[in-house]
Amino acid sequence: MMRLAVHDLGVDLAGRRVVEGITFDCAPGSVTGLVGPNGSGKSTVCRAVYRALRPAAGSVHVDGRDVHTELGPRQVARRIAAMVQEGTLGVDSRVLDAVLVGRTPHFGALGRAGARDHAAVTDALQRVGAAHLAHREFTALSGGEKQRVLLARALAQHPGVLVLDEPTNHLDIAGQLDLLDLVRSLPVTVLAVLHDLNLAAASCDHLVVLAHGHLVAQGAPGDVLTPGLLHDVFGVRAHCGTNPLTGRVQLSYALAGADPTHPRSEIPCAPSPGSSPSPRSCRPPSSSPWA
Amino acid sequence: MATTLLVLVPVAVVLAVGAGAVAVSPAHVVEIVRHHLTGSVPDVPAAEDQIVWAVRVPRVLLAFVTGAGLAVAGATLQAVVRNPLADPYVLGVSAGASAAAVVVLTTGVGGGIAGGVAGGLGVSGAAFCGGLLTLGLVLLLGRQHGRVDPTRLLLAGVALGYLFQAVTSYLQLRQGGAKLQAVLFWLLGTVASAQWSSLWLPAALVAVCTGWLIVRARTLDALVLGDEVAASLGLRAGWLRVQLLVVAALLTAAVIAVAGGVGFVGLVAPHAVRLLVGTGHRLLLPLAALAGGVFLVLADLVGRTAAPPVELPLTVVTAVAGVPFFLVLLRRGGART
Repeated sequence: MMRLAVHDLGVDLAGRRVVEGITFDCAPGSVTGLVGPNGSGKSTVCRAVYRALRPAAGSVHVDGRDVHTELGPRQVARRIAAMVQEGTLGVDSRVLDAVLVGRTPHFGALGRAGARDHAAVTDALQRVGAAHLAHREFTALSGGEKQRVLLARALAQHPGVLVLDEPTNHLDIAGQLDLLDLVRSLPVTVLAVLHDLNLAAASCDHLVVLAHGHLVAQGAPGDVLTPGLLHDVFGVRAHCGTNPLTGRVQLSYALAGADPTHPRSEIPCAPSPGSSPSPRSCRPPSSSPWA
Repeated sequence: MATTLLVLVPVAVVLAVGAGAVAVSPAHVVEIVRHHLTGSVPDVPAAEDQIVWAVRVPRVLLAFVTGAGLAVAGATLQAVVRNPLADPYVLGVSAGASAAAVVVLTTGVGGGIAGGVAGGLGVSGAAFCGGLLTLGLVLLLGRQHGRVDPTRLLLAGVALGYLFQAVTSYLQLRQGGAKLQAVLFWLLGTVASAQWSSLWLPAALVAVCTGWLIVRARTLDALVLGDEVAASLGLRAGWLRVQLLVVAALLTAAVIAVAGGVGFVGLVAPHAVRLLVGTGHRLLLPLAALAGGVFLVLADLVGRTAAPPVELPLTVVTAVAGVPFFLVLLRRGGART
C-alpha cells in the first residue's frame, strides 16, 4: 500500500490546458473516487498518474517519489497499475496469458517468465475469484468475468496503487457492487473514476469532484455530495437520502428545471439514517417529459 | 506445432534441393551438403555436386530466408499497427522498393545519368534503398503531436504505396517484350537468381532482426493491447513502435531486394501460426519464421516443377496454394472458439 499525492497538477492536450490546479491525497489503503461530468478531466488526471501523459505543471508522487521525474516508466509500472479499456488483435488469447502481460515491468532483459511470474498470475487470479477461468479464452468471457481478469492483470503487476478508469462499465448492477466490494477488500491504494454517484458514495472513503478541469470539492462522500454541488456540477436537482439497505448516502436526481416550483435550495439533504425521503423528491412519473 | 515445424524444415529443404530438371536423391543431397560443410569426399557425380551446391542450395535457402523474414515482419507489423490485415507491404515499403527496382530494371541498361547511378547500385541495392527511403517518408508523415500514430502511419503507407505503384505501372507501360517480362517476374517474386554471394546479407539481417524481435516479444504482447495499457505497463509505446517499424521495414527491404515482391506469406504465415498456438509473440515469432520459410521453400519448389521449363513467380504459387489452406485453417479456428 502506497500513498499517492497529486499536487497542483496541470495537463495539456493538443496545446490546450485540460486540467489545472488539481491537488489531492490518497491515503495508503484508501479508496478515492474521481467523479465529475463528461469532459471534466477525470481520465486525464488518471493518465497523468499512471504516466501515460506528462503533466505540464505540478506533480504526482507515489510514496514520496515523483512519478515523472524521479522514477522511470518501468519503476512506475511496478508501483502503479491501471485497469483501462483495451482492444485486441481480434484473435483469442488464454486468460493465463492475458494476466501474464501484467508482469511486463518485472520481466528481465530477455523477457523470460519465471516461477515468480507464474506464481503472481495464479495469486492474482485467486484474489479476484477467477482461478477457474485460467484456461478459458478471454474473448469468450462475460463482461463481469473480463473485468475480473483485467483486475487480475493489474494485480499481477504487484502495485501499491491501483488506478481504475470506469471499472464498472458494461457490468450489471450486481456485478458493479461485486467488483467494487472486491476492490475495497484489496490491500492497495485505489483511485477510481466512477460515473454512478451512488456507487461512488457507497464504496469510496474519499471523493474528488472535478468540473471543467478544476477540482471543485473533495472530502467524505456524505459531506461532498450535497444538492447544491450536484446542481452546480452536474446540472441536476438532487435529493440526498439514505439507502435503507446499507445506511450509506443515497442520491435521487432529476433534470434541473424539470420542476421549477421547487428550486434546489428547498430540497432538504437528509443524510442521517432512518429519515424518510421527502415526498417532493419522489416525483410521480406523469410529470416526467417522457411519460 | 513447434516440433512438427522443426522436422518439416530439413525435410522440405532436402526435398526441394533434390527436385528439379535433374533429380538428385535425398541421400546424395545430404552427402553433398556434408561434404561442403565438413570437407569429406563426396561419393556423387561432379555435375550433381555442381547443381546442388552452386544452384539449388542457395536458391532454397534464399526462399527460406525470404519466407521467414516476411512472416516475422508481418507478425510484427500486425502488432505494431494493431491491425490483423497488416502485412510487410502495408507501409508502402515494398511499393517503394519495387519502384526503385523497376527503375533499374527498365533504365539500367539504357544509359543516361539515372541509368548510370542505378546500374552501379544494382536492382537489389536500389530496391533496398527505395524501401528504406519509403519507410522514412511514412514515419515522417505518420507523426502527430510528436508521436507516431498507428492509424496515420497506415494511411500514409497506403497512400505512398499507391503513388509508387503508379510509378511502377508507368515504367512497365513504357516497356515491352523481354524486359517487361523480367519486370513482371521481379514484381511477383522469384529466387531464381539466388547465389551464395547474394544470400549472406539478407540471411544475416533476417537472423539478427528476428532475434532482436524475439527478445522483445513480451513488449509486443503488451503493445497489441493499446498504448494506454502499454503505458500502464511501463513501456514507451511511441518509441517502441518506431523501433519495431524500422526493424520490420529492414527485414522486408532486405528480402524483397533479393527475392522481389513475394506476396501473401507475410500476411498469412503469422495468422496460421496464431490460430494454432495463440497470440503470445514469444512462440509466435520463431514459429512464424519457420512456417513462412517452409511455405516459401515449398512454393518455390512447386513454381519451378509444376510446368517445366516455365517457372511460375512465387506470388502466383503462394496465393493459389496458400489461400485454400488458410481458409481451411480459418474455418477450423473459428469452430474452436
